[in-house]
Amino acid sequence: MTGVRDLAASVRAGERSAVSVLDGALSAIADRDTEVRAFLFVCEAEARAAAEALDDAVRAGSDPGPLAGVPVALKDNLCTRGIPTTCGSRILAGWHPPYDATVVARLRGAGAVVVGKTNLDEFAMGSSTENSSTGPTRHPQDLSRVPGGSSGGSAAAVAAGFVPLGLGSDTGGSVRQPAALCGVVGMKPTYGLVSRYGLIAFASSLDQIGPLARTVEDAAVLLEVIAGHDECDSTSIDRPAPMLVRSLDRGVDGVRVGVCAELVDGTAPDVAARVEQAAEALEKAGAEVASVSVPEVRFGLSAYYLIAPAEASSNLARYDGVRYGLRVPGHDVAAMNVATRTAGFGPEVKRRIMLGTYALSAGYYDAYYGKAQRVRTLMIQAFARAYERFDVLLGATAPTTAFALGERVDDPMAMYMSDVCTIPSNLTGDPAISVPFGTGRDGLPVGVQVLAPALEEELLFRVAAAVEAAAPAGDRTSAAGAVR
Amino acid sequence: MNDPPELGRSDVAHVAALARLELTDEELDRFTGQLARVIEHARDVAALDVGGVAPTAHPVPLGNVLRADDVRPSLDRAEVLSQAPDTEDGRFKVPRIIGDAP
Repeated sequence: MTGVRDLAASVRAGERSAVSVLDGALSAIADRDTEVRAFLFVCEAEARAAAEALDDAVRAGSDPGPLAGVPVALKDNLCTRGIPTTCGSRILAGWHPPYDATVVARLRGAGAVVVGKTNLDEFAMGSSTENSSTGPTRHPQDLSRVPGGSSGGSAAAVAAGFVPLGLGSDTGGSVRQPAALCGVVGMKPTYGLVSRYGLIAFASSLDQIGPLARTVEDAAVLLEVIAGHDECDSTSIDRPAPMLVRSLDRGVDGVRVGVCAELVDGTAPDVAARVEQAAEALEKAGAEVASVSVPEVRFGLSAYYLIAPAEASSNLARYDGVRYGLRVPGHDVAAMNVATRTAGFGPEVKRRIMLGTYALSAGYYDAYYGKAQRVRTLMIQAFARAYERFDVLLGATAPTTAFALGERVDDPMAMYMSDVCTIPSNLTGDPAISVPFGTGRDGLPVGVQVLAPALEEELLFRVAAAVEAAAPAGDRTSAAGAVR
Repeated sequence: MNDPPELGRSDVAHVAALARLELTDEELDRFTGQLARVIEHARDVAALDVGGVAPTAHPVPLGNVLRADDVRPSLDRAEVLSQAPDTEDGRFKVPRIIGDAP
């Protein structure tokens, strides 16, 4: 398996053409994406033009950059100028954004080739990629299961081998959870490390764009490209992007690892066993491992499912049939708004808008939204205390392996439980990464999660690399059937 | 402190109207049941004594970000308007705003 650094190096050196790399990706997509359905839209013409321009540049003696010729899949809530961007929603069907998201511009600037837009739960609201107006994405190893979500399309595209890199967005685990279920690496950066300009907003204080990749190193290469200050995002942290790749192999000698009880208890036994195994492996590699309890984690799910819908209800007020997207006629503007939103949003989006409106409404604001904001403070304080004793924390990414299509779709609370281990990092703003670590009893991938304090990405990736190096041999990239 | 009341059908109808959504009777029943379960779960948070704890609206401190007031290129008007449902004379066009008395 070639890493993206080697792939880009061969394109930069003129040994391999960007067009041939793209052709490989397109043919893999043509072979299998009719059943996986990772992509909503493949922009073949634009991708081919970009690849040809890269090859011309190499021939002319210039260097296209660290991702030269590397095919990338983008979650369809990232704006791409002139290329459809729908958020998996009827309300944005056919919309062509008039600008590129900052991450998209940075990818192009680094020589990456955008091959298409991937499926997601509508407006990134969901944990299975079933809440898409165009139908679900399927798990590449077992088509009867979900790939996780909401960035399930990007995770499946990487897991199926269509592309080596994908971008997703993570509001409550939407990069890490599908990464865990699909057996790839998925990472949520520190809030503010990656610009949100051009990421269609779901819950602005929680949203963060993150990389999906086959290996920790590939994810690090991608994050180095997309991270860094952007004046178009007022929450962008004004400091240089971290250098991650150069220290990946420095090991974990002396690193204090806390196995977070609340991120292990309550997960399926086969998942919990993999976390314990990863902890033992880190200890063997020289880390100081102990268990730690962060009891506030158990309030995370409730706080999140008040805060995120509250912010969503405000953010999604903009879909009113006036400036973009769907308009359903009405006899006056208010009737048009109601008709448009009623026809344009799917059931989960309506649930969240109503939940958020309720949590913010007169009489309930203090009891729900106000309380949730205070619980968020408690969560931040609790993790800060844990990080006085530990450099990183370890836990599961998701409570189970990939579940069956349709299994949780009519039970929102059961679906929300999929995010219980990933939500804390969104509430605190801290970075976290999911690394594939063997399989569960069903032969499907398990992800182990590493969490670190804000802006400690370098350490986070170093520990993740050690987890990856210790992952059970053979089944990291194995297909279904590797039941043991 | 008093527990907030259970979420009922009339609450869902009220927030749907505030959010400019129209629900059928069947949807109203289904959403009420589903949302009531989420709110029921949130009672663990609503029941917490968090007096003296400051609320967090954002994970990092927010401040105004200013730049020099220089003219810069912005989005192309024709390109933006090409994506709108209806336009007239370079502007977004909407149905009448003054409707019949409610």
